[in-house]
Amino acid sequence: MLESVPEPAVPDVLAPSLIGRNGLMLALLAVALLLPFVVQNFLIFQLTLVLVYAIAIIGLNLLTGFNGQFSLGHSAFYALGAYVAAMLMDKVDFPYPATLPVAGIACFVFGFLFGLPALRLEGVYLALATFALAVATPQILKLSPLEYWTGGVQGIVINKPDAPFGLPLTQDQWLYFFTLFVTVIMTVLAHNLVASRTGRAMMAIRDNPTAARSMGINIALYKSLTFGVSALYTGIAGALGAIVVQFVAPDSFTFLLSITLLVGLVVGGVGWIPGAFFGGAFVLFVPNFAESISKGLSGAVYGVMIILLIFVLPTGASGLVRAALQRLRAHKIQ
Amino acid sequence: MPARASTSLLSVRDVAVSFGGIVALEGVSFDLEPGLIVGLIGPNGAGKTTLFNCLSRLYTPSSGDILFDDSSILARPPHQIAELGIGRTFQNLALFRNLSVLDNINIGGHCRSRSDYLSDALHLPWTRRAETSLDLRSRRIVSYLGLDGVIERRVGELPFGTQKRVELARALASSPRLLLLDEPACGLNHEEVEALSAIIRQIRADLDVTILVVEHHMGLVMSISDRVIALNFGRKIAEGVPSLVQQDAQVISAYLGMQRT
Ligand SMILES: Nc1ncnc2c1ncn2[C@@H]1O[C@H](COP(=O)(O)OP(=O)(O)OP(=O)(O)O)[C@@H](O)[C@H]1O
Ligand SMILES: [Mg+2]
Repeated sequence: MLESVPEPAVPDVLAPSLIGRNGLMLALLAVALLLPFVVQNFLIFQLTLVLVYAIAIIGLNLLTGFNGQFSLGHSAFYALGAYVAAMLMDKVDFPYPATLPVAGIACFVFGFLFGLPALRLEGVYLALATFALAVATPQILKLSPLEYWTGGVQGIVINKPDAPFGLPLTQDQWLYFFTLFVTVIMTVLAHNLVASRTGRAMMAIRDNPTAARSMGINIALYKSLTFGVSALYTGIAGALGAIVVQFVAPDSFTFLLSITLLVGLVVGGVGWIPGAFFGGAFVLFVPNFAESISKGLSGAVYGVMIILLIFVLPTGASGLVRAALQRLRAHKIQ
Repeated sequence: MPARASTSLLSVRDVAVSFGGIVALEGVSFDLEPGLIVGLIGPNGAGKTTLFNCLSRLYTPSSGDILFDDSSILARPPHQIAELGIGRTFQNLALFRNLSVLDNINIGGHCRSRSDYLSDALHLPWTRRAETSLDLRSRRIVSYLGLDGVIERRVGELPFGTQKRVELARALASSPRLLLLDEPACGLNHEEVEALSAIIRQIRADLDVTILVVEHHMGLVMSISDRVIALNFGRKIAEGVPSLVQQDAQVISAYLGMQRT
């Protein structure tokens, strides 16, 4: 069809901007690799947690930002990932890196199955169903029949791994690099996904489900797979979080964690993968900063900061970064 | 009625649809031979869009059958209709507003391309190749419909007439053999309507496609259609060449009745 129509020229204006973007990425990666040698151990630990949150937020973004499905239940997937990793290390002496794929697959299966009935739920109803999941999870983790595995209210303590192959790194430095490695892989995969045919199908469903269906998109399949993949991301983040914090307990995974991830998503920018790093940093550092301003009213200060940020940057960090890049480009052209 | 091999591309047989108490379609039957442009007319609420929604499997008729290429489409889920070769546009634009023109058209080609979740995440060579050829096809369609200037633009920020053009391009991207256009001229200005009628004819000439077009713009339907089908209150009241349908007493009274209310 349409063979008679001459082939259009593919614009190569993309090429230089692509190099510029890759250059920027490499520079950021270089900074990320050098950071642990110039900052204190505690800050390294915090940066590691930023990466962990970023992975979880990317997962939530795939579901909410790119596919238009709401979830207040991602604390449950995070918890599942964390507990799978902790139990594997605690009960069967699993090496810590090997717990990540297991946690990821467990969460994928759970998320996919949860996504099937959730297919019938739209918007607020889906939010409610996932909310129920978030509320139930800490209580299920405390159940006494499961105590042998979960450690009940006490949770499970995990040993902090040393750097392998006699690398001259502190434990915190090593965990940072390990987490960075996983984060880079997960980010690249998410980036590939959203730029692909699958990613377009996800966004088509978000923008107009009826039209998407008429274009031959199997909505049930993409929605439930996206639910699974989103849970996989968040579960891997949970497993990493468990290894980094060396501890899992039911009360670390309350509904509040779901909200934290949601705040990170909105602050970073809905539907923009790199936003997860801004969001992760925000939810990790800003609450501490709020506490340093006022101990008694830290929650209120945090709340005001979120409102201010949404007011100033309604599209989150994504809007700011995009505007800056546009300025830069305009500047270059002049 | 026994299934028989026929020369028709589409065969609508005694289709009925009702919503609660409202009968939207009743006993509608007609056949479309390949290569025709057929107009579907009727006053507001006649059931034209409902018929389109049955053809794209968004609604399921309460009785009757719809055959495409001599096999019933009613056994198929909605997402397989595009691949069968039935493409459409919507009465009220149904674009993916946050995506670019190119992305919208690429999504139109979804059913003509292959990939899976994992291969896409891993950016495997075979999906990259599929993506390149899909992209090339889409760019051809963009040029064909003169959308080159807006290819990277977000659809939601384009003028209405351009958006309608993008929707047509998106429908063509699925390489349909039957193209359903629901009021393609609605909201267009005089020049745009002229251009549209040329495009519809051109599409039929260039591509191997049968076109069923719902339109209130009588000048347009009557000039481009080989045949016209008229609906009123969910029933077919006339069918034939434009000049005859235009003079049909029932058709005239249906439209006059509409003007009175
Ligand atoms: N989803 C629905 N639920 C309830 N009633 C519906 C639905 N879709 C259509 N109808 C009703 O079915 C009848 C036919 O509607 P339809 O949209 O098919 O008309 P139409 O011929 O396309 O009209 P128009 O020219 O105004 O677009 C109308 O009475 C309409 O109110
Ligand atoms: Mg209509």
